Amino acid sequence: MSLLSKITITMKNEINEAHEAVETDSDASIKRKVVVPGETIATGEDYLPGEGTIREGENIIATRFGLGEEAGKVVRVISIFGAFIPRRNNVIIGRVTDITFNGWLIDVDSALQGFLPIDEVPRFINKNEMDQFLAIGDVVAAKIWSIKSRGIDLALKGKGLGRLEGGFIFRIIPSRVPRVIGREGSMINLIKEKTGCNITVGQNGWIWIKGQTVDNEILARKAVEFVADKVHITGLTEKVEEWFGENKK
Amino acid sequence: MTKEFKRTDGRKPGEIRKMSAKIGVVPNADGSALFAFGKTVAIAAVYGPRKLHPQHMQDPSTGILRCNYDLLSFSVDDRKKPGPSRRSQEISKVAGWALESAIDLKSFPNTVIDVQIYILQADAGTRTAGINAASMALAHAGIPMKDLVVSVAIGKQDKHIVADLTKEEEDYEEGEGATDFPVAKLANSDNFTLLQMDGKIQPERVKEILELSTKVGKEIYEAQKKALKEAICEDD
Amino acid sequence: MTNMDLSNLTKEYILKMFSMGKRFDGRDLLDFRNIELVYDISNKAEGSISVKVGKTEVVVGVKLGIGEPYPDSPDKGNLMCTGELLPIASPRYEFGPPGFKAIELGRLVDRAIRESGMIEFKKLVITPGEKVWTIYVDIYPLNDDGNLLDAATIATVLALKNAKMPLLNEDGSIDYDKRKDSLPLSKETNPLSFSFFKLGDAIVLDPTREEEEACDSRVTWGMSKWNGEYMINSCQKIGAEVFSGEEIEKMMEILPKKYEEMSRKIKSLH
Repeated sequence: MSLLSKITITMKNEINEAHEAVETDSDASIKRKVVVPGETIATGEDYLPGEGTIREGENIIATRFGLGEEAGKVVRVISIFGAFIPRRNNVIIGRVTDITFNGWLIDVDSALQGFLPIDEVPRFINKNEMDQFLAIGDVVAAKIWSIKSRGIDLALKGKGLGRLEGGFIFRIIPSRVPRVIGREGSMINLIKEKTGCNITVGQNGWIWIKGQTVDNEILARKAVEFVADKVHITGLTEKVEEWFGENKK
Repeated sequence: MTKEFKRTDGRKPGEIRKMSAKIGVVPNADGSALFAFGKTVAIAAVYGPRKLHPQHMQDPSTGILRCNYDLLSFSVDDRKKPGPSRRSQEISKVAGWALESAIDLKSFPNTVIDVQIYILQADAGTRTAGINAASMALAHAGIPMKDLVVSVAIGKQDKHIVADLTKEEEDYEEGEGATDFPVAKLANSDNFTLLQMDGKIQPERVKEILELSTKVGKEIYEAQKKALKEAICEDD
Repeated sequence: MTNMDLSNLTKEYILKMFSMGKRFDGRDLLDFRNIELVYDISNKAEGSISVKVGKTEVVVGVKLGIGEPYPDSPDKGNLMCTGELLPIASPRYEFGPPGFKAIELGRLVDRAIRESGMIEFKKLVITPGEKVWTIYVDIYPLNDDGNLLDAATIATVLALKNAKMPLLNEDGSIDYDKRKDSLPLSKETNPLSFSFFKLGDAIVLDPTREEEEACDSRVTWGMSKWNGEYMINSCQKIGAEVFSGEEIEKMMEILPKKYEEMSRKIKSLH
């Protein structure tokens, strides 16, 4: 039972969705400490084992390396490192690897293969002209429709989804995505404002940037990487403001 | 008159060599770590869970852990020719099983978790240092694990049970000679995931091996924990 | 790190950036990244080092062994450089026998070192025609973030200079615990390699992995000093894109300057 909050932000042409509550140190009733697998986070019958934990007798044990969190009686471990865990409705950015008779195979940088069915295309596409809509090597922003053991089905219904043109894509560790987005999009909006760039953040860690000038686009990437690389997140907004002060020409 | 038993490097019987542990040594990997027992240095990197190729090797009921262990050519006195020897193929397998027990592979069907272990400097205990490094690397990669895996080579020099043999100690010849008994276990429970040995030991004494490995295992777990936590606290 | 192949749009973007003389990390097209050295990463090797160029890390170990000389050079010792691309260094590498990239790594470093005259092979003879020292150089990238070749050459040269000969006992056995003398090396020579990568009309040095994947062709030059003069010792072009005569001459102009710059940079790290 993990805390999920869905926030939709529309800004210019992008949609970003945050699926994890963003960490903040201002809430006093939440206790956090770094834990490793096998470590006991809390002891007591009335605790509830959340994500990344199991109950063993009286103890709630961590089954992942990360921030062990006690919020009320729910105990969970927030991942700081790790592969992308796809969830329904996640926006992801992927690269087309193949074209089949009924859709496109998309590498979403996950253990599971992504698939975009031809029906998802908003206009009529002749089966012989599929590569004119999406060719191998093209980049697409899509939403996860369903997750099956054989793969991830993708959809294009939503603002800002579809074939991406221009700009560039790069990767950050997926578990850092929530803080790059920020509480209600505050961090990503700050970066967009300071650089004048369009930015789409995929939950799979892939990020697309397109702006007016190469200098600003490069600056935006550096800013995102600055935020993503920090492990501690206290006062991150101030640190980023400061960073822009030093780095923006 | 019996000689008082002394280890060649002056350690007490239950004393392991000085440990070194650090994570994040291979930036490209999803998780990585270095672990050393004295002069034996191992690095491990984890990639995954990721797609398993070729597709026909995928198992829809479970993920697979692939482990590869080897010595770098210059890690030993007589240069080792590149390429896996039979010894390293055997160690790759048993080390993989030692780590697998801590992971619920069924939650990653159709995928593979690749573990690479390489020895930079070999002074006995290479597979145990490698497993300790790999265990940290798996945690660093965010792989769900019920516990960390700790590993140490318990030995016997004649009748004396000792922890963490050096190469010199492996060549001990007096009395019952040298016995090398590498083990690995889940850090916080009485569950052994690697068991190998060669030498001579009475069946009723095996218990002592397991007890010493449990005791020493706690120290190893502390070192692994410290290295993992340091990676988060060292910042800005 | 990802195994996702480079996307069309990122490749086009890098092409555009390079044509403007810009890079993601702010370097000039011909600048090298920061270099870090750590010696003696393996006490079992006669000499060893880890070299980091940016996030690329290569470790090299030098071992000495005894063998027979090659039939056509009975009065010379041997050099054997082997490169291995272990899967640890990148999600792109697979476990198995060496592919082209690994083979090339060993061979190109070998050529750059051998042709420079850095090793005084005649001084590696124990009994002419029968017994000579063989220098084994084993090159292992530990993290591939581009430009392995140039990093590997730096590492190999420094490992050779750092190495000490083991003791040869009277009975012909080798005592690795007693290492004393340096290898017989020319002090002046100091080979370096420079791999020029081409994308569109831009020529770039020391690319990151992302930049390297975008580039179409590469030419690597081994350079050293011999009798006070700059000498090109080795060369290899890979990839299907062409290099024009003009581009090659431009590289010849750049090389001596880059050689001096790198040599100073490496010296300052000691």
